[in-house]
Amino acid sequence: MKAMLPGSKRIFNHACRRLLGATPFLILFFLLSTPAYPQAGGVMRPVSDMFDPLSRPAEMIHNSSLLVLAITAGIFVVVTALLVYVVWKFRRKGPEDDLREPPQIYGSTHIELAWTVVPIIITFVLILVTSRTIGEIQNRKMPANAVQIRLVGHQWWWEVQYPKEGIVTANEIHVPVSRRNGPGERPTELTLESADVIHSFWVPQLAGKTDLIPNRKNHAWIEPFATGTFFGSCAAFCGTQHANMLLRVIVHEPEDYDRWVKEMKQPVVAAQPGLAGKGHDAFFSHSCVNCHKVDGTVAAGVFGPNLTKLMTRQTIGAGVAPLTPETLRAWVRDPQSIKTGCLMPDMQLPDNEVDSITAYLLTLK
Amino acid sequence: MNHDTPDENFQIPPPERIGEERGSLTRIVQEMVFTVDHKKLGLMYIASGLLFFVVSGLMAVVIRIQLSGPRNHFVDPDTFNRLFTMHGTAMVFLVGMPIIFGFANYLVPLMIGARDMAFPRMNAFGFWVFFFSGVLLYFSYLGAPGLYAAGSAPDIGWFAYSPLTAKAFSRGHSTDYWTLSLLLGGIGSIATSINIIVTVACLRCKGMILGRMPLFVWLFLVVAFMVIIAMPPLSACQIMLILDRYCGAHFFDTQAGGSAVLWQHFFWIFGHPEVYILILPGFAITSEVIPVFSRKPIFGYPVMVAASVMIAFISLGVWAHHMFTVGMSSITNTFFAISTLLVAIPTGIKIFNWLGTMYGGKLRFELPMLFCIGFLFQFLIAGLTGVMLAIAPFDWQLNNSYFVVAHFHYVLIGGLLYTIFAGIYYWYPKALGKMPDFKLGIWHLVLFTVGFHLTFLPQHVSGALGMPRRIYTYDAGRGWDLWNLLSSIGVIFQVAGILFFVFNLIYSYVKGKKAGDDPWDAWSLEWATSSPPPSYNFETIPEVRSRRPLWDLKHPDDPDWKYE
Repeated sequence: MKAMLPGSKRIFNHACRRLLGATPFLILFFLLSTPAYPQAGGVMRPVSDMFDPLSRPAEMIHNSSLLVLAITAGIFVVVTALLVYVVWKFRRKGPEDDLREPPQIYGSTHIELAWTVVPIIITFVLILVTSRTIGEIQNRKMPANAVQIRLVGHQWWWEVQYPKEGIVTANEIHVPVSRRNGPGERPTELTLESADVIHSFWVPQLAGKTDLIPNRKNHAWIEPFATGTFFGSCAAFCGTQHANMLLRVIVHEPEDYDRWVKEMKQPVVAAQPGLAGKGHDAFFSHSCVNCHKVDGTVAAGVFGPNLTKLMTRQTIGAGVAPLTPETLRAWVRDPQSIKTGCLMPDMQLPDNEVDSITAYLLTLK
Repeated sequence: MNHDTPDENFQIPPPERIGEERGSLTRIVQEMVFTVDHKKLGLMYIASGLLFFVVSGLMAVVIRIQLSGPRNHFVDPDTFNRLFTMHGTAMVFLVGMPIIFGFANYLVPLMIGARDMAFPRMNAFGFWVFFFSGVLLYFSYLGAPGLYAAGSAPDIGWFAYSPLTAKAFSRGHSTDYWTLSLLLGGIGSIATSINIIVTVACLRCKGMILGRMPLFVWLFLVVAFMVIIAMPPLSACQIMLILDRYCGAHFFDTQAGGSAVLWQHFFWIFGHPEVYILILPGFAITSEVIPVFSRKPIFGYPVMVAASVMIAFISLGVWAHHMFTVGMSSITNTFFAISTLLVAIPTGIKIFNWLGTMYGGKLRFELPMLFCIGFLFQFLIAGLTGVMLAIAPFDWQLNNSYFVVAHFHYVLIGGLLYTIFAGIYYWYPKALGKMPDFKLGIWHLVLFTVGFHLTFLPQHVSGALGMPRRIYTYDAGRGWDLWNLLSSIGVIFQVAGILFFVFNLIYSYVKGKKAGDDPWDAWSLEWATSSPPPSYNFETIPEVRSRRPLWDLKHPDDPDWKYE
C-alpha cells in the first residue's frame, strides 16, 4: 500500500466503495457524502463521516474496515440467499404435503465439517488484518517534531494544553496539517487525562476513540491531511451534559498554525476604559476568578475554561452554541438557560453588570 | 408401590377458605403468592417480564420522541439520562432475564418428564426476589416523602461506569437503588439457575440421557451455568460500589488511588456472558420451533450441543472487547479481538445447522416459524455487525456510537425478542389451552418487523456519521437529522405491532379455538400431556428411547431410536 501513489489509493478506495455498494445493507453507508463549506476556521466539516477519513489513523482504520465490510457483505449475501432459497423451495405447497413427512435427515459430518472450516478460515484472515492494524496504529513512533497536546476532560468541556508552547485553551484543538511521507510530515500526539469522570476523545474523520480516564494517562495521535474544522465529541457518557461536550479540531496550513501559536502567546490587552473597563472591574470583584483564568491577571481559577483568548473560539459552552456577542451575553446572564445542568451557576448578575462583563469578555482575543 | 402413578384414592384436600370464593381477586392473589408450581411461576415470570417490557418500551418511545429532531426539547437532559438508564437496566434485568427464566421454568420439567423443578420453594423465592428487585428499581422514580432524593431514577447508564457512580458525581440515592436492585436480582437469578441445573441433573425421566435431551434443555443448562459464573462478579462490584459510597473504601475512587477501569473489568466479566445468557435461550426456542415446522429433526444435534457449550466457554474470555478504547496495550487488544472473532465460528455453525434443518423439509409457516425466520435474518445482521465490532481498530470508531446501539438492538430485539414472540406463540396453546389468532399474529409480525428495521437500520448510518450514543440532543447539520427521524417514525409501527400482540394474547384466551394436547404435531414431551398440563404434569412419568419421543409414538414403524 505504501508504494501506491495517493491518487491511485483514492481510486482504489473509491472502487472498493462501488463494489461494496452492491448490497442494500451497505448502500446505506455509501449513499452519504460529506458536505463541506468554507467559513472562518477554514472549511467546516460538520458531517463526521468515519468512511471519509482525512487523517492517518482514521485512514488505516478505514482501509481495514473496507476488507471487513467486503467479507461481511459476502457472508450476508450468501446466507440470505440460502435462507430465501430454502424458505421458498421447501415451503408447504398444499394440504397434500401434510400426508407424508419429508425424509428425516439427522445430520452429515461432511457438510458440517465444511461449514465449520470455512468460517475458521475467514476468521483467521480477519485476525491477521486486525492484529496488524492494531499494531500499526498503537505502536506508531511519534517523530520529534510532533505537536504535543495535553487534553484534559472536564464535566462537560475540554481543556487543551500545549505544554511546549505554554498555551492553554478550551474545546478547540488547533493543529498543523501533515504532508504525507515527506519533510512536512507532522502528526499530533495527544496525552489524554481526566479531571473527574471518564470521557472519550472522538473525531471520526481524524481518529478512532480513546478514553480520558482519571488517574491514568492515555495516548492518541492524529495526522490530518486536510485543513478545516473537524467536528467531534465526547463519546463516553459522562453525566448531565454529555451531549453538549463537543469538540472541534481546527487544522491549519503549517504557516497559519505558527501564526496561531504566536497570537496565542501575545499577552492580553490591558483593561480599557468605558463599558469594558467597568466589566473588567466587575469580573475581578465577583467570584468569576475563582473558576476562570485570564493569563497575566489575578484570575487564576482552574475549574472552568481558561478565558485568555476567549473570543478566538468558534463556540461557547463546549459547542452548545456559536460564540457571538448575543450568546456570550446570554451565557453570562444565565448559563443554565443555554446548557442546563452545567457546572457554572446562574450568577444572578444585574443587567448593567451582565452588559459590562460581556463587553470585557469581548476584548479577550 | 410405583410412586410414579398417582394413588387413585388420593383426593386433593379442599383449599382453606379465607372468606372469599374461588376465582375472586383475593383468591387469585393468594394462589399467586403461595404457589410453588413451576408452570404458574413460569407464567408469572413471563407476565411480569412483559409488564416491565411495556413500561421500559414506553420509556424508549419518549427517548425517540426527544431525538426525532435536532435541538428538540421534549424532556430535559437529566430526565433523558434517567430514561435510557432505566430502559437499559430494565430491558436486561427485568425483561430479558425473567422471560427466559419463565420459559425455563415452564418447559424444562415438562420436556424432561419431571413433575416440577427440583426445589419448588426456591423457585418461588427466585421469582419473588426478582419481582421485588424490579419494584425497588422503579420505586426510585417516586419521591416518597421523608426519603431524601428518592424521587429520582438512576442516571448513570446501564453499565454505570465509575467514577460517575461515586458520591461526588452521583448525589442522592438513585445509584443505591440501582445497586441494591441488581444485587437482589442477582440472588434470584442464581437461585433459579441452581434450580435448573439440579432439575436437569436429577429429575430426567427414564431413558432421558443427556444425549437425548431436547436442545432447549441443553441450552438452558448451559445458560444456568453461565449465570452462576457471570453473576458473582456483578454482585462483587456492586458491593464494592456500596463500600465506596458508604464506608469510605476506594476501589473506584481515582482521587485516592482507586481504578476507574477496575469497574469496567468486573462489569463486563459479567456483562458479556450476560449477552449470551440472553441470546442462548433465543437459540433454544429456535431449535425447538424450526424442526417441528420443517417436519424434520434438528440437523447435527451433537454439533449444536457442542457449539452451544463452545459459545459459553468463549464468551467468558471476551469481556474486554467492550473496552478497546480504554487504552489497553496492543497485545491485550489483539488478544480480545481474536477471542471475540472466535465466537463467530460456533455461531456460524448454528445458523447453518438451522438452515440445514429447514433444507429438504416441508415448511409450515405458522406464527412461531415466521418469527424464527425473522430471527435468522436479523440475527445474521447482528452477527455480522458484531464481527465488525470485534475488529478492534474498527471498534475504535464504532464503539459508543449509534452503530453499537443498532447492533445490540438487532441482537436483543431482532434476535431474542423475535424468538420470545415465537416461543410465546408456540407454547401459548400448551400453557393456556387456546390457539393464538393467526391473523392478529400476522399483523403483529408485519408491523413490528417494519417498525423494527425502520428504527434500527438507520442507526447504523447515524453511528457511522459520528453520532455518539446517550446524547439527549444534537445539532442540525451533522447529517443525523434524517436518520433519527426515520428511527423515530419506526417506533410508531413497533408500538402498533405490540398492541396487536397484547390484544392477541387476550383475545385468543377468550375467543381462541381449543388447542388440544398437540396442535403443532410436535415431538417433545410437553406435548404428551394435556393443555394446559395438570399440576402434576404427567399422569404416568413417560419413558423415552430417542430425542423425539412423540415421533416414536406416532411412527412406530420408523422410530428415531433406530438411527441415533
